[in-house]
Amino acid sequence: MTDPDRSTTTTREEPPGPGDQDRAADTPQRRAGAARRRPRVGRQALAGWLFVTPFAVLLVVFLLLPMAYSFKISLYRSTLVEGEVFAYLDNYRQALGDPEFRRGVWRVIVFGLVQTPVMIGLAWLAALLIDEATSRFSRLFRLAAFVPYAVPVVIGTLMWGFLYSPNTGPLSALTDLNFLSGGTVLFSLGNIVTWQWAGYNMIVLYAALQGVPREIYESARIDGAGPVQIALRIKTPMISAAIVLVTIFTIIGTLQFFTEPLILQPLNPGAITNSYTPNVYAFHQAFSFQQYNYSAAISFLLGLVVFVGSYIFLFATRRRSALR
Amino acid sequence: MTTVTNDGAGAGPEAHIRAPRRATRFTGGRIASHAVMALMTVYFLLPFWWLLVAATKDNDGLFGSAPLWFADENNFFDNLSLLFSQENGVYLKWLGNSALYSVVSGVGATAIAALAGYAFAKLRFPGRNVLFAALLGLIMVPATALVLPTYLLMSEVGLTDTIWAVILPSLLNPFGVYLLRVYAHDSVPDAMLEAARIDGAGELRVFRSVALPAMRPALVTVLLFTMVATWNNFFLPLVMLSDNTLFPLTVGLRTWYMSATIGNGGPALFNVIVVGALVAIVPLIVAFLLLQRYWRGGLTIGALK
Repeated sequence: MTDPDRSTTTTREEPPGPGDQDRAADTPQRRAGAARRRPRVGRQALAGWLFVTPFAVLLVVFLLLPMAYSFKISLYRSTLVEGEVFAYLDNYRQALGDPEFRRGVWRVIVFGLVQTPVMIGLAWLAALLIDEATSRFSRLFRLAAFVPYAVPVVIGTLMWGFLYSPNTGPLSALTDLNFLSGGTVLFSLGNIVTWQWAGYNMIVLYAALQGVPREIYESARIDGAGPVQIALRIKTPMISAAIVLVTIFTIIGTLQFFTEPLILQPLNPGAITNSYTPNVYAFHQAFSFQQYNYSAAISFLLGLVVFVGSYIFLFATRRRSALR
Repeated sequence: MTTVTNDGAGAGPEAHIRAPRRATRFTGGRIASHAVMALMTVYFLLPFWWLLVAATKDNDGLFGSAPLWFADENNFFDNLSLLFSQENGVYLKWLGNSALYSVVSGVGATAIAALAGYAFAKLRFPGRNVLFAALLGLIMVPATALVLPTYLLMSEVGLTDTIWAVILPSLLNPFGVYLLRVYAHDSVPDAMLEAARIDGAGELRVFRSVALPAMRPALVTVLLFTMVATWNNFFLPLVMLSDNTLFPLTVGLRTWYMSATIGNGGPALFNVIVVGALVAIVPLIVAFLLLQRYWRGGLTIGALK
């Protein structure tokens, strides 16, 4: 992800040298500038640290500290008689063996395996379409697709909750289906997520397409490639970095699935249980049952899975990744 | 970033040359692609149409009339006055809270990210590479997994159920730092920094008068994204706040929706919730339409590096 080779070699070869101009030629002026600046490096280092300090403090207080704290309390168990007792990895063992938790994890995985390709596919298709079409309508379409992203997830979910409802929405009349039953609610949730984020992903992919030099298409056209062939064989590989990026963000989002099920829960508490997704489970463990230690273990486990999962994905596809 | 600007005006002449040729060669493909786009447009806009229509109905009309068309009488203004009088006008309070949280978090997070992003891009200091590598790794830490531990920490220091419990964690924006670092790297000219230093400007002065103006488009983008993220945030305020006069819109509307759906004698009615949802998204849609360029700009910085 970081490309460690590059960053370490630049520091090793020219310790007090000019910034990150690895591409710039080492001209005499530049060298002179570096020489002249040498005595000021101490000041620059001080300024650098000062500039980074507010951010670093926040990073420690609101990221590292909560992580460490949650790990610590996840190792304890609170009992009525003895208070907080060190429990080693008991909470983790309990979580891994907890059928409710496992069902939630499994549900999130299944959800991600179905919803992610559908949504990214939709975004990919839409991006190719607006890249190809230059009509006024394609601009309107670009706007329409992106607007759901501006809507808070809570409100998007509320809207779809009304639309799904047989009493207030048109969908049940059209299809004769109950969108909120145990068997369908996961798809209904998937639809909400797709509606909300497909346009966002489309814009990212479209932006990447805009960065591809147009001459490539011209020469492909001369070689006899049609628009579909150009889209599949040239455009798609050229934007694979962006596709990887949006897929990672989708995976991270999916594993943390929380708001949509929580909002729809009152519509069918039998289908959307308190352990519907790991995050919903952790939330209810903490705030409905005051099981903070267990909740921390679940949160930590979930965070670890997301972190490791996205890191592995990023590493496996690092050549295509846009996060460099 | 440059690609964004050429998509409006710059695409014009090229489109003029290409359009006639394509129209004759791929008419079938053009119709098909426009049909697909039309279908998707309906899909993306349907909920908004429903919301607009539903906001004009009273509670009975919401359940009794055709979902996608207006009822006989227009109750929009009655609904509005009901919305703002419900529970002593708590909705207005929520609206104000959402605005306060998103403005303070947005401005604060952008300022902090600008300092750090600029320093990572342009200042040499020991530990820079290590810290930046750590930052890239930490972007991957899922935000929602941090909410519960952050709540526990906040309650240890007695900050839960205050506005700071929502604002302070929202000031941390690792991705904003990443974006600004990428942007500053390319758009802040080293020669100008050097010239300002030779003229005797201190590092803070150099940052203020050289770097900040050059970074303006990216700053606006990060500001916009942080503000919207805070405006839309739900999990953090849900966990941190229990005093309903401190709620932002998202948490407030959810409590109404809960009590209306479960029907435990809560005062909220569905028509009030519908109008409340409409009023909550109008500022966002307007801001979105006005500031489109920056939205897409922000996504481009992220996608194209």
